[in-house]
Amino acid sequence: MSDPDPPRHTRTIKVDYLARVEGEGALHLGIREGRVEDVKLKIFEPPRFFEAFLRGRHFREAPDLTARICGICPVAYQMSACHAVERAAGVTLPRPLRELRRLLYCGEWIESHCLHLFMLHAPDFLGYESAIAMAKDHREVVQMGLKLKKTGNDIGTFLGGREIHPINVKVGGFYKAPRKADFTPLAEDLLRAADAAEKTVDWVAALPFPEFAGDYEYVGLSHPDEYPMNEGRILSNRGLDIEVAEYEDHFEEEHVPYTNALHSIHRGHGAYFVGPMARYALNHDHLSPRTLAAASRAGLGKVCHNPFQSIIVRALEILYACEEALRVITEYEEPDSPDIPVTITEACTGWGCTEAPRGLLYHRYDIGPDGLISQAKIVPPTSQNQKQIEDDLRKIVPLALHLTDAELQWRCEQAIRNYDPCISCATHFLKIKKEEVPS
Amino acid sequence: MNRTVVIGVGNEFRGDDAAGRVAARRLRDLAPDEIVVHESSGEALSLMERWAGAGRVILIDASSTGIPPGTVQRFDASRAPLPSLYFHTSTHAFSVAEAIEMARSLASLPDTVIVFGIEGGSFEHGTGLTPAAEKGISEVLQLIRNEIS
Repeated sequence: MSDPDPPRHTRTIKVDYLARVEGEGALHLGIREGRVEDVKLKIFEPPRFFEAFLRGRHFREAPDLTARICGICPVAYQMSACHAVERAAGVTLPRPLRELRRLLYCGEWIESHCLHLFMLHAPDFLGYESAIAMAKDHREVVQMGLKLKKTGNDIGTFLGGREIHPINVKVGGFYKAPRKADFTPLAEDLLRAADAAEKTVDWVAALPFPEFAGDYEYVGLSHPDEYPMNEGRILSNRGLDIEVAEYEDHFEEEHVPYTNALHSIHRGHGAYFVGPMARYALNHDHLSPRTLAAASRAGLGKVCHNPFQSIIVRALEILYACEEALRVITEYEEPDSPDIPVTITEACTGWGCTEAPRGLLYHRYDIGPDGLISQAKIVPPTSQNQKQIEDDLRKIVPLALHLTDAELQWRCEQAIRNYDPCISCATHFLKIKKEEVPS
Repeated sequence: MNRTVVIGVGNEFRGDDAAGRVAARRLRDLAPDEIVVHESSGEALSLMERWAGAGRVILIDASSTGIPPGTVQRFDASRAPLPSLYFHTSTHAFSVAEAIEMARSLASLPDTVIVFGIEGGSFEHGTGLTPAAEKGISEVLQLIRNEIS
């Protein structure tokens, strides 16, 4: 170890505790002769057994129980749960209630994307160890980001009843629907937020991006009339076009010994990519004119292949969500009732897929004639992206071997954060153990 | 601005983690009208929002630092960060300590920032406080009364 310049045929990068991700995870990377021999993204957050908790519970409890899976994106869990149960019951929400759900989802996209973009990911590009350090030099940007995030939180509080884990969502709609006049302050705030989001796109577009292009299978919802949040078919850029109910025929989860999260694969294809990059690639033409103009200014085509530029796509989705929220508010017509009746009297199965901020979130429930859930399956976006993250590292690392170990580790963590992995709840603590084995 | 804001932080469903919130709730009944009392899950951005514009903020949080349960610690974070043990203990990406440092970076920290930590005895799932945490809450209430009088 005292050799000042040891031969470096083998390098091992170990990050025992990944910082700036939502939850507890680690990275192990083994490199030999310029080839990445071993990549393990380890999620050691303990298993949480939500699918088992749901067994024997009434279908009406599914949205509130599953919302507890995540404090950052509880709306996504509520939405996928509601849609799955409503599908099982054979009911469809009337337009005003559907629109309110879309508005709530806009709020979650704004707050979740802002948290990741400003607090977790942007420091990578600018060389700061944390958003706190970045804030000293980029005060105005961080203040803008915090204010923008608050707009998302405010939508959640307004419509969901509170900031985190909304209490106003139910199977069949809402407990209480707002009156049109109640939206006025939110609409004014959203106008300002859209301007801030547009500035954010321009700001992130000017960041320095490592050169990389991935050949990805992008998987996400697609809807004929809108940029998808709650509804659509599951499409990929490689020809997949299925109904939500067919999800499990095409995707499977496998146990991998070193991680507590299951790896998802597209049967016969392998890793795939869900989230903003996939939504953008599959639904570009449904973005608003202002968002498309911002994308064009940022230099993005209809498909973005550089995962480091996911930060731009997230900014574009923030802008879109601000505009879409405004559209919903402008066109909103008060519903006759805040919910529709949902009853289940015979055994049935329901499937729901919605677009969580981090990507496709799949729920399936088997429900008995007593209304109790007999089986539940939940596939979150991060488990779908986990294999793709490892594949990215296998390709990104060989292009970056000239970097020092510290720089290489930085690049790897930045690459992981491209996916905004939500392991569950986060820390900001980093321990590094580096091993060098001269051959 | 000389307004004082008191914020009790914690998770109501994790045993003694609720100590800060319970203390704030009790303080609300006792505090003079000019003191604003909040409860919070500890999410940094909402903390920053709640103390915005205040001259003094007093935070009450449960701690898990290895000292005897029920022990109360007082920190003055007005000029220096909390001890490192206070970082990263929340279920959120950014918690009390990070919120204080973020506000300091943004020059939006109140002039006076006092943090009371009540060492918890149990952070198991469920509601209800241990006797040690109850004792800590009583002590904190007395200390805060002294602080604001």
